[in-house]
Amino acid sequence: MTTVPNQLNTPSTTKQNFFNVPWTWRIAITYLVVMLVLPVVAMFAKSLTLPFDEFWRIATSPIALATYDVTFITSLGAAIINGFAGTLVAWVLTRYDFPLKRIVDASVDLPLALPTSVAGLTLATVYSNKGWIGSLLYPLGIKVSFTRLGVGVAMLFISLPLVVRTVQPVLAEMEKDVEEAAWSLGASQWETFGRVILPSLLPAILTGVALGFSRAVGEYGSTVIIASNTPFRDLIAPVLIFQRLEQYDYAGATVIGVVLLFISLVVLFVINLLQAWGRRYEE
Amino acid sequence: MKNKSVGVDDLGKRSSWVVPVLIGLVIVYLTLILYIPAANVFFQAFRKGPGPFFQNLVRPDFLSAARLTVMLAIASVPVNAIFGLCVAWAVTRHRFPGRALFLSIVDLPFSISPVVAGLMIILLYGRQGWFGGWLADRDIDIVFAFPGMVLATAFVSMPFVAREVIPVLEEAGSDQEEAGKTLGANDWQIFWRITLPNIRWGLLYGLILTNARAMGEFGAVSVVSGNIINRTQSLPLFVEEAYKQYETEAAYSAAVVLALLAIVTLVLKEILERKTKIKQVADDK
Repeated sequence: MTTVPNQLNTPSTTKQNFFNVPWTWRIAITYLVVMLVLPVVAMFAKSLTLPFDEFWRIATSPIALATYDVTFITSLGAAIINGFAGTLVAWVLTRYDFPLKRIVDASVDLPLALPTSVAGLTLATVYSNKGWIGSLLYPLGIKVSFTRLGVGVAMLFISLPLVVRTVQPVLAEMEKDVEEAAWSLGASQWETFGRVILPSLLPAILTGVALGFSRAVGEYGSTVIIASNTPFRDLIAPVLIFQRLEQYDYAGATVIGVVLLFISLVVLFVINLLQAWGRRYEE
Repeated sequence: MKNKSVGVDDLGKRSSWVVPVLIGLVIVYLTLILYIPAANVFFQAFRKGPGPFFQNLVRPDFLSAARLTVMLAIASVPVNAIFGLCVAWAVTRHRFPGRALFLSIVDLPFSISPVVAGLMIILLYGRQGWFGGWLADRDIDIVFAFPGMVLATAFVSMPFVAREVIPVLEEAGSDQEEAGKTLGANDWQIFWRITLPNIRWGLLYGLILTNARAMGEFGAVSVVSGNIINRTQSLPLFVEEAYKQYETEAAYSAAVVLALLAIVTLVLKEILERKTKIKQVADDK
């Protein structure tokens, strides 16, 4: 038993060069470099071939700014709504019993499994003026499909499971004792929720919101179908990249792509901070 | 146990209206966002009966899209599975500095917009890309052809296997592998006889998720495909194209096929989750 673990841990002893590393490492790293690092570097390199003021001019052109407005504000709105709705779904699924609960629980993952073009197709139909839900809203003067509101509905659809699946495990592991202690000390159930449950749940909720936001910002399939893709109204940034590529404007596409990638990385960083915050009382 | 739940029971009794209202709100929200749109897929496809639905399923462009979708999954899922297993092995069997950062990098494709993923592939392999000239000299088409679609599909579905295998591999520990090693087994024997049986459900779970994403990917594939009918049109692209051409029924017929794939994925996911949970409970005892 003395030497064997060492044999399994070879890289710690022999990591002088790439070819001494076990082949599992070599495969993993080569694949990562070819599939992920190289493309990311290629995009940044392409954007660096532009002079800075040219980059800035494209990144802050009126049409680009309008797409950021639609993309980021709508995503944020959808993510925040799902911060409430998703937490409620997670709460109901972990705390209460009702008929068909298993199916309801499993169905929450549907947006992750359903191809986004199918989601866009059916949401566009259901929320159109003649659709099952859209026709009820139309007399009230609310148009959903082919407007920014429709983009928001698609973003609600795709970001919901991310919030629910982030909050649910935390809620399930939460000690009921603490709540009961608060309860038996005379706190009302609303006080128990607001003072005891919510504070320890908040990091998970915010992580879920950030994940949902990130997913909504990058979403293309469902949003491109439900939107009319009119500039300054409901054109989102990923669709603008697509249109630039169709016009062979690679520089224009790259600049918007770099902006989107940068935002994704910032959100990723925030998510890591939130998760560290969520673990602050562990151990 | 009885004493413990008294508080919660009281909580329920005091405001008996709260629980049904909360459950009701959840059901209403899910119905508006998920269930009605999901039901609508099937309603629209079968509105004129099963006849037109099945006619749409034998259209040549549909069949070629379906074939391409299967080919994309066949090409990208095994590669991602090998990659995922290697990453999971590397991360669970060795401690090294920057492990958390390495895991974040592996997870990165989930944070990158599919359109940006497609854009990056064009910037590398497109005519004006880094390798564009080299590839053009050798008459190799990657962008607007099958290889580019495979790259896009593999990119977006990259992290699933690693993500699902890492926890099961961590839980299984390396004791059995070390025992096998001392008894003289070689690396392959250890992998096939010890590691793989230990992680099979996690691996299968990862494979199912990878496959669902690979078959359903729209954005990244759409950017690199050029959407050439009968050649580079996968099923999700067929759905959008048919819809844009006002062939709503054809779009919904293909959508039903993809929705069934999603439902099968969810059912298998549920079964596997239960399997791994049962195993965990047994281990705890």
